[in-house]
Amino acid sequence: MGHVHNAANDTASETAAEAAAAADPALPRSPNRLILDAGDLGRVIDRIAHQILEKSDGARDTVLVGIPTRGAPLARRLAARMRAFEGVDVPVGVLDTTLYRDDLRMRGVRALEETTEPPGGVAGKLVVLVDDVLYSGRTVRAALDALRDLGRPRAVQLAVLVDRGHRELPIRADYVGKNIPTALTEQVKVLLDEVDGRDAVVLQGGTQ
Amino acid sequence: MSAWLITGVRPYGEAAVDLLIRDGVIVEVGRDVTAPGAERIDGDGLVALPGLVDLHTHLREPGREDAETVQTGARAAALGGFTGVHAMANTDPVADTAGVVEQVWRLGQDSCLVDVAPVGAVTVGLGGTRLAELGAMADSAARVRVFSDDGFCVTDPALMRRALEYVKAFGGVIAQHAEEPRLTAGAQMHEGVRSAQLGLVGWPAAAEEAVIARDVLLAGHVGSRLHVCHVSTAGSVELLRWAKAKGIDVTAEVTPHHLLLTDDLAATYDPVYKVNPPLRTASDVRALRDGLADGTIDAVATDHAPHSVEDKECEWGAARPGMLGLQQALSVVIATMVETGLLDWRAVADRCSTRPARIGGLVRDGHGGELLAGTPANVVLIDPADRAIVDPAGLASRSRNTPYAGMELPGRVVATFLRGRPTVLDGKAQA
Amino acid sequence: MSRRSEGTNEFGRHLLSVADLDRQQATLVLDTAAQIEAALAGREVKKLPTLRGRTVVNLFFEDSTRTRISFELAAKRLSADVINFSAKGSSVSKGESLKDTALTLEAMGADAVVVRHSMSGAPHRLAQWVRGSVINAGDGTHEHPTQALLDAYTMRSRLGRLEGLRVTIVGDVLHSRVARSNVLLLSTLGADVTLVAPPTLLPVGVETWPVEVGFDLDASLPKADVVMMLRVQRERMAASYFPSPREYSRRYGLDATRMAMLADDAIVMHPGPMNRGMEIAAEVADSVRSTIVEQVRNGLSVRMAVLYLLLGGSEVSS
Repeated sequence: MGHVHNAANDTASETAAEAAAAADPALPRSPNRLILDAGDLGRVIDRIAHQILEKSDGARDTVLVGIPTRGAPLARRLAARMRAFEGVDVPVGVLDTTLYRDDLRMRGVRALEETTEPPGGVAGKLVVLVDDVLYSGRTVRAALDALRDLGRPRAVQLAVLVDRGHRELPIRADYVGKNIPTALTEQVKVLLDEVDGRDAVVLQGGTQ
Repeated sequence: MSAWLITGVRPYGEAAVDLLIRDGVIVEVGRDVTAPGAERIDGDGLVALPGLVDLHTHLREPGREDAETVQTGARAAALGGFTGVHAMANTDPVADTAGVVEQVWRLGQDSCLVDVAPVGAVTVGLGGTRLAELGAMADSAARVRVFSDDGFCVTDPALMRRALEYVKAFGGVIAQHAEEPRLTAGAQMHEGVRSAQLGLVGWPAAAEEAVIARDVLLAGHVGSRLHVCHVSTAGSVELLRWAKAKGIDVTAEVTPHHLLLTDDLAATYDPVYKVNPPLRTASDVRALRDGLADGTIDAVATDHAPHSVEDKECEWGAARPGMLGLQQALSVVIATMVETGLLDWRAVADRCSTRPARIGGLVRDGHGGELLAGTPANVVLIDPADRAIVDPAGLASRSRNTPYAGMELPGRVVATFLRGRPTVLDGKAQA
Repeated sequence: MSRRSEGTNEFGRHLLSVADLDRQQATLVLDTAAQIEAALAGREVKKLPTLRGRTVVNLFFEDSTRTRISFELAAKRLSADVINFSAKGSSVSKGESLKDTALTLEAMGADAVVVRHSMSGAPHRLAQWVRGSVINAGDGTHEHPTQALLDAYTMRSRLGRLEGLRVTIVGDVLHSRVARSNVLLLSTLGADVTLVAPPTLLPVGVETWPVEVGFDLDASLPKADVVMMLRVQRERMAASYFPSPREYSRRYGLDATRMAMLADDAIVMHPGPMNRGMEIAAEVADSVRSTIVEQVRNGLSVRMAVLYLLLGGSEVSS
């Protein structure tokens, strides 16, 4: 099966690093390091859910918009937890940002993923964008552009499971599950049961 | 006139001998020939054949000198090993009068490279309605014996019958371009699996075969000689075999490209593969090779058809049909007939020289003779072991529409002699 | 030839024939069209920035307002610059050759040329002379790849699948580029195709196609999930392909009586423009089974998908 790249957490620079590491077998690679196990991951999601509820006055006029691939199930999980905590039904949407990326010409054509507008739309709402890893910031920039074409939100916030640094744009997250300082040669993999069959966050690659 | 001694050459690919040419004639064939003062050619490894004769060439002059002239076509012919070519009548003006055929004939003489025998049009302006002055062309300096509306078929059966009868008076022959035009309106390629896939209008085999069937019956009925141009289908070969068995006086030619290429090439939509009649299927190619091998098909004729770049660098449908052939004809015959074991060199001489010279009436000028002492020295020397990749830029023709570009083909013409005078030496034209 | 760089999806440089697409690639076009349609559904701004700075030339040697407009809108919705180059009234009508036109477009820096031409294979020729992508928008009686893609898209969205779908294509197969492309694409995608036509309007060699061939429309209708009616030109009568429009329509036209023979969820398609009363009766064309308007709408999404897949990634130059 050809693995379609996850548009959410990959950028040209990361791909280049990945390629460099793969191309040179002599380069020592550290084994995968487990950063969060399934239990940790659940607790982190719970915490973000609580924070959103707190900062949005009980999720009033709030919608969650996940960025594929893994941002979409993350958004659904956050909504489920928010319902469990406060009994609120937060609309969830999915927004593929591929057609808005500014680095399309830097690599082969990418397959598109689903886009579903949240029930009730985004106009006038507090939109919380949800993604798994925040890295260069280019995906978020593309998502902001895409969101603008969808309608005019009252405000936009960003929730990410992992912030690994190395921003290329002036973008920051409002909710961060875990900050993980990384080297450019390393790669953060978020695994989710819905996509990968298990929950975990691992750090791959890099020199020792 | 100078003398030439070709040493150690193998006539018809047989035992090596020395061959002495003097004053336009082969004067001696044998071992250890001595000839003081003669220029020597080392014939070791070379095959000698009588100079080739082409029954079907388009030299485009007068009218389309941008595509070919008699001079450039003659150079291509000499380099291809030919000493005689028949120039088709579809020029502008059409070669349908004594004046035009004499002009073409003189241009050929002036080329000093090859004898050009003009073909006269059967009907005025190739119009298919009125006989041209066939007798006047026969009686002219060009001494025309082959008449053809090539490019068009003489479709009117009554007119065809009259033409077949009329030329008997001067030993002429009608060379029919067999194509029933009502079945080929707008046709672009062979009608079959490929044309269906490519969405190109088909040229059915039956359009050729129906006319051949009609014409052999007519020729048999009036006791005339018929020649069929560029036979392209297995069905045509069968009809010819049947007609010959019946004793009908019919001869036929096949082109090099129909011996080698198939309609699969149309899938490129590159009009360099567009030709009339079209490239057919692999089973037609097999039948044509077998027909040439068993003599049902008498001759290889090039249908050399130069076209300017703008007539080929365009859409398939807008392109003119036709391919270059003179310079690669012998190589294609070697590849398809000799290397496959279907013909030996003697038979190659028969199909490429003797029979076409006889059909076209060029025996009178010394063409198609045997390589024996006392015969006119029309000779070609071939290196059969040489193989080369065809480069269109290196061709002598003014046009570049060769379908063999990039193909590796065997056999190189080392020298050609026209009545004892070299027209090609060391692979280079001498005029 | 240049190829896409280490892309996640291998897609050719041109779309000249649906034969260029394997099953995976064809499915990718349909999936991409579906994603684009979903991304734009109900939005205020129906424009995407994807192809900003790219130039798409519509090169139409044959009048086809519908196809040209569809491609033009598709390119504009992806923010490409669009130039319409119609043969009429241009240098082409003054005798400029296809090659010279190609070199002109090349000099203008066209990233894609959408070409419609009356001669089969013209897009193949063009592809040899330009560096940009060439998209066949219908060539002679050869192919019309995006039409087949939008037809397949329409079938899939109406009936939920293509694998095993029974599609009957009716009419002038011989002269139809739509039929050729559909036969190839549908068999690639696993549908079962039946051609129904008078024998005069089927090409010699059709027996080698991956289809069933029949002459009896009534026999094939009850088994069909999809009936695709091809346009039949009245002029064919003059060349004796059939005796009269009336006889054609009686034997091969789809009217209300015949429509009643179809299965409950079967659909009726037509690539347009229709000859109402000839191959299709007005009440059939306007019925709920008819997808004719949907086909036009889907054409836009499919053409956006094709433009995105051909132009949306990087390219390693040759």
